[in-house]
Amino acid sequence: MAMVRVEFAASLRRHVECAPQTVAAGSLRSVLEAALLTAPELAHYVFDDQRSVRKHVAVFVNRHMVLDRVNLNQQLAPDDRVLVIQALTGG
Amino acid sequence: METLLVASRKGLFVVRGRGAQWAIESHHFAGEPVTQALADPRDGAWYAALRMGHFGVKLRKSLDRGATWKEVGAPAFPLKPVQGFWADDPTPWNVDLVWALTPGGADEPGTLWAGCMPAGLFKSQDGGQTWALNKPLWEEPRRKGWFGGGNDYPGMHSVLVDPRDPRHLTVAVSCGGVWQTLDGGGSWSLTARGMTADYLPAEVADDENTQDPHRVVSCGAQPDALWVQHHCGIYRSVNGGSQWQAVKAPSPSGFGFAVACDPRNPDRAWFVPAVADACRIPVDGRMVVTRTDDGGKTFTAFGDGLPQSHAYHLVYRHSLEVAADGQTLAMSSTTGGLWMSANAGEQWHCVSRDLPPVAAIRFA
Repeated sequence: MAMVRVEFAASLRRHVECAPQTVAAGSLRSVLEAALLTAPELAHYVFDDQRSVRKHVAVFVNRHMVLDRVNLNQQLAPDDRVLVIQALTGG
Repeated sequence: METLLVASRKGLFVVRGRGAQWAIESHHFAGEPVTQALADPRDGAWYAALRMGHFGVKLRKSLDRGATWKEVGAPAFPLKPVQGFWADDPTPWNVDLVWALTPGGADEPGTLWAGCMPAGLFKSQDGGQTWALNKPLWEEPRRKGWFGGGNDYPGMHSVLVDPRDPRHLTVAVSCGGVWQTLDGGGSWSLTARGMTADYLPAEVADDENTQDPHRVVSCGAQPDALWVQHHCGIYRSVNGGSQWQAVKAPSPSGFGFAVACDPRNPDRAWFVPAVADACRIPVDGRMVVTRTDDGGKTFTAFGDGLPQSHAYHLVYRHSLEVAADGQTLAMSSTTGGLWMSANAGEQWHCVSRDLPPVAAIRFA
């Protein structure tokens, strides 16, 4: 089965632990939802009430930041790497 | 010894003391914005509502007075409809902050109410583990007429549970008036008659649905006695909010956010004046608390112990609290000041001038 790797940054894992994992390839939403099954308490840190990616959370697929926060229908290819981080802001 | 919970921009502080002797005992969630706190009088549980800059609203609970905390559920809106009356609702269906946390009735252990921004009311019946949106109020068509009072969206900051009947709730929204239910949230009535909004066109200044009550409090011993610090002045009701009476603005100002009512005496209430909505600082740089002892006919301003020169503290709507004894008061500011009074606000003692901006304080 084609698999992709999903990792949540330490800034998220300090609230709810979720080790890097591989899940079945598919749409970005299906990949994120599958990864969060192992740590459902983390989902509300990543998604807002409407199940969109939070405004100050960023999702990367390989080296590219995903701009779509709502649909997440980008199809991932085998061996893609998904990284979820907190978007850095402030002054 | 008494305990005060201080919810600040950079964490929750636990302050303990009595009389003129108070000190910060501990600091929790360092660096995280805390928008509200609650010490549940029924079971002693503490709650802290966090507004994480990146990760949204979270609710933490402690069963051992802050020694340990665990995450419980946070209020969250259901999915916004894509069709029908609410499809074009300009208000996001995302909880941005928990603004009010109120325990249910004495005979309802585990029941909590949360007022949020946007102005949804949520109920938990399991000590905060899970929450449900009160749909009758959220789906009240007149909600479309509400608007944000200095915030992007309307927010619910006051949730009062009638100690005589926990199915009777009074909630207030900036800017969306005062609403009441007698059946535990099944149906709601708008109860802001008598309030006037001078920021609206004159023809609709009396519209109950767009009033901006900054905070509503009641007298514990006489719950039908209510006080409101409104955007346009001070109001009082002696009949449970069926009718509101404007109170003549006290000196130095009738503008402000906070109000506290003596839990035993409905005629005594405290306010913290600022110049005006367009100038939210103490009048002449002198910080005072005003108090009425006669139902708003007269006021006295007290500044003993408060900064009296070049003071620019603003006291938010949840940052003036009176303890059950009716004598002990706490007050905190956006500039990190925390003061206590042991004699009903006549003299104040500074606990700190160096805290982060304070959103809310609660006696525990």
